[in-house]
Amino acid sequence: MNLGLISFVALIYIGALFAIAYYGDREAERGRSLINTPYIYALSLTVYCTAWTFYGSVGRAATSGVDFLPIYLGPTIMAALWWFVLRKIIRISKIQHITSIADFIASRYGKSALLGGLVTAMAVLGVIPYISLQLKAVSYSFTLLWHYPNLALPDLDAIPILRDTGFYVALIMAAFAILFGTRHLDATEHHEGLVLAMAFESIVKLLTFLSVGVFVTFTLFRGTGDLFARAAMQPDLRRLFAFDQTPLAYQNWFWLILLSMFATLLLPRQFQMAVVENVNERHIETATWLFPFYLFVINLFVVPIALAGRLLVAGDVSPDMYVLLLPLERSANWLALLAFVGGISAATGMIIVETVALSTMLTNDLMMPLLLHANAFSASRDLSSFMLNLRRGAILLVVFLGYLFFRLTGKTFSMVSIGLISFAAVVQFAPALLGGIYWKGGTRRGALLGLLSGFLVWAYTLPLPLLAQTAGLGDAFIEAGPWGVSWLRPYALFGLTGYEPITHALFWSLLVNASLYLIGSLWSGESALEHRQAALFVDIFRHVGGSEQVQIWRGEASPLDLQTLMQRFLGRSRAEQLLSEYARTRGVTDWRALETDADMIEEVERQLAGVVGAASARVAVASIVTEEPLDITKVIHMLDETSQVVAYSRQLEQKSRELEAATAELREANRRLQELDRLKDEFISTVTHELRTPLTSIRALTEILYYNPDLPAAQRQQFLDIITKEIARLSRLINDVLDFAKLESKAYDWNLKPVNLKMLISDAFDATRQLFLERNITVRMELPDDAPDALTDNDLLMQVILNLLSNAAKFTTDQVTVRLRQEGDFLRVDVIDNGPGVDPAYRETIFEKFSQVPPPDGIRRQGTGLGLPISRAIITQLGGRIWVEGKPGQGATFSFTLPISPFKPSQETSHATT
Amino acid sequence: MNRYRLIGQRLAALAFITALLLNYPLISLFNADRMILGAPVLHVYLFSVWLTFIGLMAFFIERRE
Repeated sequence: MNLGLISFVALIYIGALFAIAYYGDREAERGRSLINTPYIYALSLTVYCTAWTFYGSVGRAATSGVDFLPIYLGPTIMAALWWFVLRKIIRISKIQHITSIADFIASRYGKSALLGGLVTAMAVLGVIPYISLQLKAVSYSFTLLWHYPNLALPDLDAIPILRDTGFYVALIMAAFAILFGTRHLDATEHHEGLVLAMAFESIVKLLTFLSVGVFVTFTLFRGTGDLFARAAMQPDLRRLFAFDQTPLAYQNWFWLILLSMFATLLLPRQFQMAVVENVNERHIETATWLFPFYLFVINLFVVPIALAGRLLVAGDVSPDMYVLLLPLERSANWLALLAFVGGISAATGMIIVETVALSTMLTNDLMMPLLLHANAFSASRDLSSFMLNLRRGAILLVVFLGYLFFRLTGKTFSMVSIGLISFAAVVQFAPALLGGIYWKGGTRRGALLGLLSGFLVWAYTLPLPLLAQTAGLGDAFIEAGPWGVSWLRPYALFGLTGYEPITHALFWSLLVNASLYLIGSLWSGESALEHRQAALFVDIFRHVGGSEQVQIWRGEASPLDLQTLMQRFLGRSRAEQLLSEYARTRGVTDWRALETDADMIEEVERQLAGVVGAASARVAVASIVTEEPLDITKVIHMLDETSQVVAYSRQLEQKSRELEAATAELREANRRLQELDRLKDEFISTVTHELRTPLTSIRALTEILYYNPDLPAAQRQQFLDIITKEIARLSRLINDVLDFAKLESKAYDWNLKPVNLKMLISDAFDATRQLFLERNITVRMELPDDAPDALTDNDLLMQVILNLLSNAAKFTTDQVTVRLRQEGDFLRVDVIDNGPGVDPAYRETIFEKFSQVPPPDGIRRQGTGLGLPISRAIITQLGGRIWVEGKPGQGATFSFTLPISPFKPSQETSHATT
Repeated sequence: MNRYRLIGQRLAALAFITALLLNYPLISLFNADRMILGAPVLHVYLFSVWLTFIGLMAFFIERRE
């Protein structure tokens, strides 16, 4: 095919890619996010499907049947677990400003620069071959298209670099990654254009592959049935319909599913797309089924294309290229070009995202910590542009390492085998990462041991034998083992034979990795920072927004120091902006006025982490903060208190407050009860005392009468008279006590009605008139006619007035005045006498039960002592007040008030009693 | 977020069952040189389990209560 045409189509496609990315970034700058939808998110995740999927799956299917499938079944199963796992990782990364998987692991284990560097090195070494594989696919497909029908590919070594397509693709991809992957210094910010372009690539690779599939299945054959039927006639194709019925084959199958499950989470580009570029956690929901569905659809035609290739393509050619060759065979050149574009889209997507992810790791987790540790910068230097350039340099480095690897080894390996080696490398992160987010016990030392050992075993069992083969000393090394030590054979370590190299390597490396991670964690202590990070990661959903964090920084630094530090990494304006925003959250307008406390230092460190990674940020902050040593037990204590005990103790406090209140109430109730009990005892003893007095006299007199039957009649009559009086007094007393008890217990049946007091008082006076007449007392009534009614109980009030009148009759010298008048909303009744009066000391006591007030001189105690207490009880319950006034020796004035009836006056009701 | 947890647990259960269906020994029942619907029985089995799994996931997640 025409070289110009192929180049033109490829360049048009790549141009479109740049345009889309540019458009996405421009819209984002205008504040319109095009990637904020779960569909773009799901599509961007399918950067998982690379040239390996596009070309390699067919190659694998053509040689070993359904063996290509586990690589897509694993992610499907994993997607179901994203709901918990990925969501947690995303939440942690957002809060901790995490920029890559190396940053994640470093941050989890105490922001360890060593760990971050190790993970970065592992990722770069593990994934570089994978990038080279993409370059190889593009270069290979381009050459094939160009030279067809000449299938004999020219020797790669014979092509000068400047005439190699792979080289130009590498260059363009580096340019793309630099343009759209390093726009912001803050690596936690989203690369909107880049993500949009990746979503576009995902659609292109799916549609082109489907086109080829449909073409092959329905144009070259009459559907799948026809295709399978024709393949079934050839024994070596029929063999592909099922796989070996051996336990080892099933174990290989299982390990491949497991491998790809973890790879979906751990590959740097997947982490970049799924975590760093995630705009909204809820996008996971749709992606959970849409991403597997994409994998399902793109794999539908893999077997048909593979079988068709085996049936139709003649000659010694790699089955990886059937996708191109089948259309070419049938002179469907346009379709071949389309397939070629699809291949480019699959390859470039992977290269771009992987490069951006790896370059972030390289700068933030390897180079910056080293440079900062070495104190390579003068303190005043602005590092923001240096950081950006460093990242651009890292992109170039990664791409060209990939190209270099391709030039050195490109002829030798099939795509799938190289891809699997990369998978196996990143799967080494699984114990440290998954252990890190679900197990607080994982420590830095455990992670270091696990990762390092797993990586070494991986290197020894997978890439090393391949490199040895390339170098021409492979066979002896693989067959006999190094120096002839057979148990060190890289494909049969310790004599474990029968597995495919990949399964064998996975088994040993993960075994060693996970074991040492556990052992190292359980047999090593952890620093305060590690302990805090562990708690933050594992309990991320409990520390909402990170607000309950325990501060680790106990040091001192001035706000200006912090500002200078941020300015170095973020530039002047951004630093100013972030500090002002922070100051506002603290309720201060100017950050210079802020007290530098642990929280502020923490915030600065978080912001820096987004730019230079957690480990570097820690080193940078440590350089200006003079840190006080922090006691580990203290921190653990603080942590436990903040995360759990605080909540618990808050509940306890609440409870004890409630208890206190309840106790106080109880104590009060108890006090009242005791008081009442005391009063009751007092009451009973007084009552019995009062009862005994008349009884004693009755008993004495009756005994005299009994033993002296011949008593003179006059004396007998006198005694009987006294006895009758005493009995009357006794029964009065008992009535009073009963009344009083009734009133006290509020069991009295009140009969409230409007009552005309003038009538009532007149009636009462009529009833007691005899008393006054006996003692020759003048009674003056001052009862106005227009006095309103009182709302009261007629009978009870009568009792009160009778009581007051009889008291007055008893104590007065010669005069009693009864006065009725209105006072505001009340009616007031005064009963005034001119007797000896009441000693001020007793003015309250006389209203108490059985008050021991000595009766005035010359007056014999006659009453029950309950009259005034009963009156007070009645008046109080009727809503009024009763009291006594007057100076001793000048008479007494007993007064009471009653509320005025709100009803109209009525005459007849007051006549109810006499 | 009770519903959220419920869906997550359903998905996890589904993943567990599917992982069993896609591995030995269940898969060996279909690993035979037979054809069904014009395709090898193993292929049909794998793709149907796969599609059912995806369909159920989508059903659990997208169903609005």
